[in-house]
Amino acid sequence: MSILAYNGAAIMAMKGKNCVAIAADRRFGIQGQTVSMDFDKIFEMGPHLYLGLPGLATDVQTVLQRLKFRLNMYELRENRRIKPKTFMSMVSNLLYEKRFGPYFIEPVIAGLDPKTGEPYIASMDLIGCPMETNDFVVSGTCSEQMYGMCESLWEPDLGPDDLFETISQALMNAFDRDAVSGWGAVVYIIEKDKVTKKFLKTRQD
Amino acid sequence: MASASVLSEYKAPISAHFSPYDFNGGTVLAIAGNDFALIATDTRLSQGFAIHSRECPKTFTLTNNTILGCCGFHGDVLTLTKTLAARLQIFEKDHNKPMPTASIAAMLSTILYYRRFFPYYTHNVVAGLDEEGKGCVYSFDPVGCYEKESFRAKGSASAMLQPLLDNQIGGKNQNGYTAQSLTSTQCVALVKDVFTSAAERDIYTGDNIIISVVNKDGIKSEKFPLRRD
Repeated sequence: MSILAYNGAAIMAMKGKNCVAIAADRRFGIQGQTVSMDFDKIFEMGPHLYLGLPGLATDVQTVLQRLKFRLNMYELRENRRIKPKTFMSMVSNLLYEKRFGPYFIEPVIAGLDPKTGEPYIASMDLIGCPMETNDFVVSGTCSEQMYGMCESLWEPDLGPDDLFETISQALMNAFDRDAVSGWGAVVYIIEKDKVTKKFLKTRQD
Repeated sequence: MASASVLSEYKAPISAHFSPYDFNGGTVLAIAGNDFALIATDTRLSQGFAIHSRECPKTFTLTNNTILGCCGFHGDVLTLTKTLAARLQIFEKDHNKPMPTASIAAMLSTILYYRRFFPYYTHNVVAGLDEEGKGCVYSFDPVGCYEKESFRAKGSASAMLQPLLDNQIGGKNQNGYTAQSLTSTQCVALVKDVFTSAAERDIYTGDNIIISVVNKDGIKSEKFPLRRD
């Protein structure tokens, strides 16, 4: 089995009208055995910038620490908030430095531009090849299921409430068909003037 | 010295590798309603990055109220459907009536299990009307394990289709909403939507879908275009 699927995870991000959403499951397991149901995979990297890290749990936490360090150095040196696109380059660069002995994570980035409020989402593979899209990105052990759901449910210019409903349904129904992800979910709706964090109760099997 | 020269002349026997299986893509989807059942399949036949045919439906009419969706390795699809047709013809001659849907499902299971250690590489769903005229769907794994269900996606894009069916037909994750049984028109519309989505992402699904609906009046098929790239 792939080491990327050792702990199990499902993360997706979606663009809406002047808002973005990012959602993840909450499971931490070791292959088939569930260890905890309150594991964080989405991290706040700024007021309007969120990072989802699905993959090998130990690498999730290591990469988070190293990125946080680089981000702090950047913001101290520049004395301003990082743009989501710049942050994406930072993640990509960090991953590519380990081109021949990679971290086993495939990150998802969602945020709003600190100046213009322009929605931004991106995902990348484990060696940092980025993919920016205008609709949605998915990553994790049930990516096929997530693609199926997102491709049918997503539509352009969703408001924050509709975007929440869409991303929640897309995520929940996708990970219910995956044995190694699920066990609750968390959804962040990122708007210019507020960020809403909601936990979803889902089936526990 | 003589023994050394004999050894140096020795060559390992030449063996050509032969793989008896291939994967030709294709997706099938079956839904059972109150008084109907349907199977939808795409019409693409591919191998790796090549498209062999854009007009190869994977739905097979078994009797006047039973249909089969069958995809995977096309060689096995052809052999299996040929065997099935022969067995059904024998039954009809012996018993003077077509085989009921539930019996076809049971027979297919044994046909598949007879090849337990060299299986037909096929994903199967049988849909039809039961003896009370209600819609039914039976889904199979390649070695004959089968189950009666109300909806099932099989084949290349099954992982993309199934969660959406859970949600839209099964009413999963919708608190306070109990799933209503859909009419055949609603089902056909849903099938078109989910296949269009799957064709966006799965290279082995595309070109067209054939939707075959079985009801008391017989079997009606409808063709719907998908993206061809």
